[in-house]
Amino acid sequence: MSAMLEVEDLHAYYGKSHILQGVTFSVGEGEIVSLLGRNGVGRSTAIKAIMGDVPPRGSVKFRGRQIAGMKPHQIARLGLGYVPENREIFPSLTVRQNLFLGQKSTRESGRWKMADMFGIFPRLEERADTPAGVLSGGEQQMLTMCRTLMGDPDLIMVDEPTEGLAPMMVELVGKLLEEIAGRGVSILLVEQKLAIALKISRRLYVMGHGRVVFEGKPADLSADSPVRKEWLEV
Amino acid sequence: MLELITFSTLNGVLYGMLLFMMASGLTLIFSMMGVLNFAHASFYMIGAYFGFEISRRIGFWPGFIVAPLLVGAIGALVERYGLRRVHKYGHVAELLFTFGLAFIIEELVQMFWGKLPVDYRVPPSLDFVAFRLFDTTYPAYRMFMLATAVAMFVFLFLVLKRTRVGLIIQAALTHPSMVAMLGHDVPRVFMAVFGVGAALAGLAGVIAGPALVTQPSMAALLGPILFVVIVVGGLGSLAGAFVASLLIGLVQTFAVAINASLADVIGPSADIFGDLGRVTVAQIAPVIPYLLLVLVLVFRPTGLLGNRES
Repeated sequence: MSAMLEVEDLHAYYGKSHILQGVTFSVGEGEIVSLLGRNGVGRSTAIKAIMGDVPPRGSVKFRGRQIAGMKPHQIARLGLGYVPENREIFPSLTVRQNLFLGQKSTRESGRWKMADMFGIFPRLEERADTPAGVLSGGEQQMLTMCRTLMGDPDLIMVDEPTEGLAPMMVELVGKLLEEIAGRGVSILLVEQKLAIALKISRRLYVMGHGRVVFEGKPADLSADSPVRKEWLEV
Repeated sequence: MLELITFSTLNGVLYGMLLFMMASGLTLIFSMMGVLNFAHASFYMIGAYFGFEISRRIGFWPGFIVAPLLVGAIGALVERYGLRRVHKYGHVAELLFTFGLAFIIEELVQMFWGKLPVDYRVPPSLDFVAFRLFDTTYPAYRMFMLATAVAMFVFLFLVLKRTRVGLIIQAALTHPSMVAMLGHDVPRVFMAVFGVGAALAGLAGVIAGPALVTQPSMAALLGPILFVVIVVGGLGSLAGAFVASLLIGLVQTFAVAINASLADVIGPSADIFGDLGRVTVAQIAPVIPYLLLVLVLVFRPTGLLGNRES
């Protein structure tokens, strides 16, 4: 299987602090891969560096093409989608306008249409003309994911989609992730909750102190309790 | 009394709309890029001088169209090759850049057109009396200015609320990096907003030039009032800028027209204020906007309609 996204020896800094200290991982075509680890180990920074939002040092290849150093909008246009942790919906715009801005151009439509989103989350259709700022946390999370999908990414990077959500919402997010994978889109999932990651991922990476400290299949991680104890469990 | 109120209201709204043509661009640029553009009023001045130069050679109407476009192009170039390069050194560097730019523009204008006011006149086609109320007449050119300003306001509103570009701009006001990561070329949007903001200021100059005075100090005279407008309205708030523009326009126009002092109102007991009791409202009119600025900063730091600390 050819790797779609190959990250090699990636470093990133916030001011003077060295957040990523040589991270290497990859995501294959149509694969769901999780990036696990406690808060502050650099998972979010890793995907921001891939998107060019934080200046990356090292090599980031997407479909064999070097993207480190490109501008965020150029990277997005190549087919990389990003769903931020803090949701970053556009609060004064309506739900429909938020989704509309997810599209990169109005000419071509990709795998996803607004009707698909409303089909998966009828709640978004009910609130289509409401300012997104008044939505509940769970609804905003759905909206953020759907907004990025409207841009038809081939690989979507989702940062902590279940954080702070009620169990029912967590289940919905899980379902959407499976639906996304079902349409042939690769997923890089950043998570803290082990359960959902173990359930849907094909491979997992565990990060600690700005490095990758474990790589393997869900079954390997389930079996490896020292790694879980040292790097994941609180 | 009725004519005073009518004309002061008309003039106040007109002045307010002119302020808004500049404040709208300034506040949009500020909320997107975090840059307080000190050179914004300079674009207004360039607009007036370009309008003058073109009207002298070809005519007023070609200037009315071409001058704002030229100023817009200059604005876009300033953003693309000036501000964008300075950006990586932080906001202070950007601020100093625009500050220096304002001086350079003033000097250039003096070099080309001299220090004295130029003879930028109302075009003959608009040089007549629009209406007469009692003994006072109101010039048609002022009505034309008002119509232009209102048309610009409607245009700006429709673009922002009804078009895709407008939505991208609105989103980029608060979340520029997220907008970029959805695949929109935010730097180009910045350049366009800067250019359109400059063009609007230029248009304000073109139409205000013949009615006011076209001189090298017109930018320095107007600039401070613009900052009052966007701080009072709330930095980054377009609706706030609109309300504050009209407010300041009306307050200043009415204040100039009121010849009453504290002594006139409360009688001889005003003597305890000394000379202050005999100062008329008209005399302190120029200070009123700044008084408003200070009061707003003290009691409502976010401005009337803003939601961020200024």
